[in-house]
Amino acid sequence: MSMSMADKRDWTDGVEAIQYQECPRCGAIQYFQRKFCCACGAPDPTLKTASGEGVVYATSLVMRAATPETRAHVPYNVVLVDAVEGFRMMAHGDNDLAIGDKVTATFRPFAGRLVPYFEKSKP
Amino acid sequence: MSFITGVGLTPYGKHEGSSTLDLMSTASQLAIDDAGLKRAEVDGLLCGYSTTMPHIMLATVFAEHFGLRPAYCHAVQVGGATGMAMAMLAHQVVEAGLARHVLVVGGENRLTGQSRDASIQALAQVGHPAYELPLGPTIPAYYGLVASRYMHEYGVTQEDLAAFAVLMRAHARTHPGAQFHDAITVADVMASKPVASPLKLLDCCPVSDGGAAFIVSREPTGDIGVRVRGCAQAHTHQHVTAAPALSQLGAEIAIARAKQSAGVAIGDVRYAAVYDSFTITLAMLLEDLGLAGRGEAAARVRDGYFGRDGDMPLNTHGGLLSYGHCGVGGAMAHLVETHLQMTARAGNRQVRDASVALLHGDGGVLSSHVSMFLERVR
Repeated sequence: MSMSMADKRDWTDGVEAIQYQECPRCGAIQYFQRKFCCACGAPDPTLKTASGEGVVYATSLVMRAATPETRAHVPYNVVLVDAVEGFRMMAHGDNDLAIGDKVTATFRPFAGRLVPYFEKSKP
Repeated sequence: MSFITGVGLTPYGKHEGSSTLDLMSTASQLAIDDAGLKRAEVDGLLCGYSTTMPHIMLATVFAEHFGLRPAYCHAVQVGGATGMAMAMLAHQVVEAGLARHVLVVGGENRLTGQSRDASIQALAQVGHPAYELPLGPTIPAYYGLVASRYMHEYGVTQEDLAAFAVLMRAHARTHPGAQFHDAITVADVMASKPVASPLKLLDCCPVSDGGAAFIVSREPTGDIGVRVRGCAQAHTHQHVTAAPALSQLGAEIAIARAKQSAGVAIGDVRYAAVYDSFTITLAMLLEDLGLAGRGEAAARVRDGYFGRDGDMPLNTHGGLLSYGHCGVGGAMAHLVETHLQMTARAGNRQVRDASVALLHGDGGVLSSHVSMFLERVR
């Protein structure tokens, strides 16, 4: 049975999971969840849970944060990761991650929330 | 047809005690006077937004405050691209015959009207509320991400990026209204405080108070006409997570459309005014627009190509990086400076030939793009 929006339970809800949607009509993948496929407009894209495996696309080590809560974590590495399932997501990661590194998701507390945190995949 | 007939610009930096409406009023009066118009002749008004004065009807608030009863009036919001988007819309409003003289204005006490943290937080809201903001990104981090990828793909170095900060500072030193006048070197940029890698403090534009305005009219009001030759936009995404590949960003799409609409080639351009919120922004946009080959913009900076006396003078007022950035007015200063250059009124900053200019604005995280060509006509 496929999951729908009502079943969404991922890191943005405080659950240790990364979810995405796949369109049953055109097959498009989307990370920002919606009630429709943004490629073809079909309703009710299928909710899926990602493996947590991906490749680093970009990194930026934040040294100057904007709030007292985030400042306590400085420096923290904001990364864009291309998931093997075919979507890109923003997350945190080890400070020494480089573009092209194969990474695996874990989850860590950050400024009162749970966020995805990528570490280099074990060979 | 439409013409830029007058421009107004305050110094950028600290205007302690000046409100958004004060700064908008000052810049507007300068532009109206510059165009040789009376206030009552202004029958169109476009303004941007102000983070220190959020309002659902800022344009009519300003019209009432300033004493205008325009036939066409509303605010526009496209982040950093707002100024150029308003220039394009004013051009179209005038061409459509909806107004004869459209006042375009932006101003904000962004520096003294709020804390630095409040300013950084307000701007970070361009991020996705569910999927990005919980990660504590900042605007420099969004651009830091883009920079890391650009450097990776095209072999650009941090020293290359620093060259743009040095160039903008050198230009700002010749403009009394600029926020920063102290000379800087590549070493100074490299040694400045890390903000969000690879960007350091001097890779980032400052937060400023200031105001800028210009008038777009159906006919020239002076001896020299500065005509809008053509313009176009492109909008590919909002959030950096959803941005397309570097080779498919909006600047390339917007400039291709603008060249077609204007019938102008990059080889015709004599002066460039390009959005420079960060050094990486300027480097990427110059290359996306075709003003330098891929990965080659920094070398052209070092060769003097973009200097006042170079083949393609660029942001001769110092740009966002060193003239300053007060929000909507920030990139409007680029257009003001372009107008002064095209009408031979730039004084000690005057370039040899500014007969055809290319202007480009960027909003969000390379999300929204507006390209425009201006040409001088007698």
